[in-house]
Amino acid sequence: MGPFLRDNVVFREVYCWLGGSESNAGLCGGADGLLPAGFEWAAYFAAGFAIILILVNGALLGAAAFVWAERRLLARFQSRRGPNRWGPWGVLQPIADLLKLLIKEDIIPHAADRVAFTLVPIIMLMALLLSLAVLPFAKSAYLVNLNIGVLYIVAVSSITTIAIFMAGWSSANKYAMFGAMRGVAMLISYEIPLVLSLVGVVLIAGSMSLVSVVEAQTIPFIIVQPLGALIFMLGISAELNRTPFDILEAESEIIAGYHTEYSGIKFALIQAAEMAGVLAASGFLATLFLGGWSGPFLSGQLGALWFLAKLGFFVFLFIWIRATFPRLRIDQIMAFAWKFLLPLALINIAVTAVQVYFFGFYQAEVPGEITRGELLIMAAINIPLALVSIAAFGRVTREKIRVPAPRFEGLAPIPRTAEVD
Amino acid sequence: MPIRTEPVTVNIGPQHPSTHGVLRLRVTFDGEVIVDVEPIFGYLHRGSEKLAEERNYVQVLTLTDRLDYVASMTNNQAYCLAVEKLMGVEVPLRGQYLRVLAAELQRVASHLVAVGFLLQDLGALATPLMYCFRFREKILDLFEMLCGARITVSYMRPGGVFADAPPDFWPALDVLLAEASELVAELEQLLMQNEIVLIRTKNVGVLPLETAIAHSVSGPVLKASGLAWDWRKMDPYDVYDRVRFDVPVGDRGDNYDRLRVRIEEVKQSLGIVSQCVEQIEPGPARAELPFVLRPPAGAEAYGRVEAPKGELGFYLVSDGSIAPYRCKIRSPSLINLTVLRELLIGWKLADMIVTLGSIDINMGEVDR
Repeated sequence: MGPFLRDNVVFREVYCWLGGSESNAGLCGGADGLLPAGFEWAAYFAAGFAIILILVNGALLGAAAFVWAERRLLARFQSRRGPNRWGPWGVLQPIADLLKLLIKEDIIPHAADRVAFTLVPIIMLMALLLSLAVLPFAKSAYLVNLNIGVLYIVAVSSITTIAIFMAGWSSANKYAMFGAMRGVAMLISYEIPLVLSLVGVVLIAGSMSLVSVVEAQTIPFIIVQPLGALIFMLGISAELNRTPFDILEAESEIIAGYHTEYSGIKFALIQAAEMAGVLAASGFLATLFLGGWSGPFLSGQLGALWFLAKLGFFVFLFIWIRATFPRLRIDQIMAFAWKFLLPLALINIAVTAVQVYFFGFYQAEVPGEITRGELLIMAAINIPLALVSIAAFGRVTREKIRVPAPRFEGLAPIPRTAEVD
Repeated sequence: MPIRTEPVTVNIGPQHPSTHGVLRLRVTFDGEVIVDVEPIFGYLHRGSEKLAEERNYVQVLTLTDRLDYVASMTNNQAYCLAVEKLMGVEVPLRGQYLRVLAAELQRVASHLVAVGFLLQDLGALATPLMYCFRFREKILDLFEMLCGARITVSYMRPGGVFADAPPDFWPALDVLLAEASELVAELEQLLMQNEIVLIRTKNVGVLPLETAIAHSVSGPVLKASGLAWDWRKMDPYDVYDRVRFDVPVGDRGDNYDRLRVRIEEVKQSLGIVSQCVEQIEPGPARAELPFVLRPPAGAEAYGRVEAPKGELGFYLVSDGSIAPYRCKIRSPSLINLTVLRELLIGWKLADMIVTLGSIDINMGEVDR
């Protein structure tokens, strides 16, 4: 048996129910399962399949729920009613949407590169599902507790960039190409502050495993790492192509951006990956900065309720931002990443490193251990620091990305044609 | 080794989410930067000017509704002014007040559409648009009380208005005016202090006054460039000489100024409406005219108004029959659109959409 799945509560239940025997008494307590002895491998597959079933369907159902929630909430923000025809409060609307997309013609343009074009939805959904593998929903409710979990999510989520470029290139559409070029430029730029913002968390937790990060949060890291949380939030909303960073699929500019040519089920899969991506991002924000499943009153597997509540908070935040913000221009977005987020992330790393060295090694009895009181002291330093540095860099960045006033030289004629060399 | 790049020509429109109708722009890009723009129009050409020659003077009115379909009242007004000049008819005072009132409400509605769609073009997902439309809807409800129609109103007639306002119109108008100042303040707070709106619009798409005059641009676009050019002041028609209002001007002529001038004009228009409510007196709303109008042969007249989008003019020539011999329409959208190319070269794709939105064209009027 693989070493990974032992921790998972679903796996253990299904595996022991089917294939419990004397050979795996350590895991199942010696009770006999439904299958005869010697068929532990079948129980193993069944249990693994159960997890996949829960995870994949959970992600897709979550995406459907998110579509409904977003449409309803956006409607409230815009003083509309939103979908309310099918099911109570229109909850079945995503199913109607999906059915419509399923029966639509699945068009592949003549000039398109068929292989790349078809692979795009698969890769996008795959990257998303891969990232869910390390997400701890509750105690012992994760697929795998990777010791490089934080690195893994950053690595896996960047696969999406390739899919976006494939979509833009293979569609043979100029709008799609615009979206893809913007996407590659923006996504790669935002990876850097995104990764750097997580370094502080990793330093304090002393581990890259998401489970250890949750367990290290005696107080939520959003208080200890306000800068890190802000940068991660902004960076991830750029990675998710949501306003004000939605230049990849800027509807008023380039129709639908990189997925202009997609229709039918391929479009549905791309949309599902995007929507579930928001959920996954909210899940990571909740895990890394709000303490994941931990919280008062509920313990053990019931901590999943805390996790869901925190996830819902971030989902609401994402929808709220989408409803209210206009879009930035590409050069402003790039300047924001390189001139605002990157310096802030570097400041955050430097300060956190000093603090972790001081509290965790210089002063501590047990090397690497940071107590709750010390975390509070760090928070007391970091919150004012965050406010000051955001204000200072915000002022500088605002000057940098503002469009300069033009200087007219008398009645100089404006050139009627422009040469391109 | 330098990498060779090629300019890309993209047809934006006629079916595009933000070309405000069926405008087609043939744009050449160098990366994201615009090197050439050519607006191509005619996709909505209905031949309104030719159709006018086949209809009698009152029937032509319904054609004017369909020019700038978000500002039908001012279209009606311009046409009626031209016909009245042709006939030498004097409009009763109450009719004039009702016209000014309706036209100013229409200006508010049209500017709200312009501001809402400009924010939509900036990428704000329909929220500001819905806020603007929520108020526009109330104005359209008032139009429905006046004449039974909301968009294609045909409310004004040569010699006055179609009918006097019903008694329950006035309380409804008071309610609207009471709500309006709050809405405009909210709009101003939400839009004019939004950091993203500021950095996206300030100093973008600058139109120098000389260029604006050279292209004979009019309306809020010209006012934003710094010239207080308003036919309501310079050649007051109807009762505009009896109401007080200011003409807002911008100082740079950028997208932000055009947005700000529109919001200021909304405030001024609401002021004009309340003055009309105070000053209006009972009386006939329409002059007594024959059922079929026959202006004298050879008469020519040009009627112009300050429409929400600029100077709208109708040039009518009569040959003594029941239909105009010639009807020429000077549409502000078409003439404002000609300046687009000067505004866009050197800017990015995203700025192009915003600048086009800030000029506020209406394809029904461009193509006629």
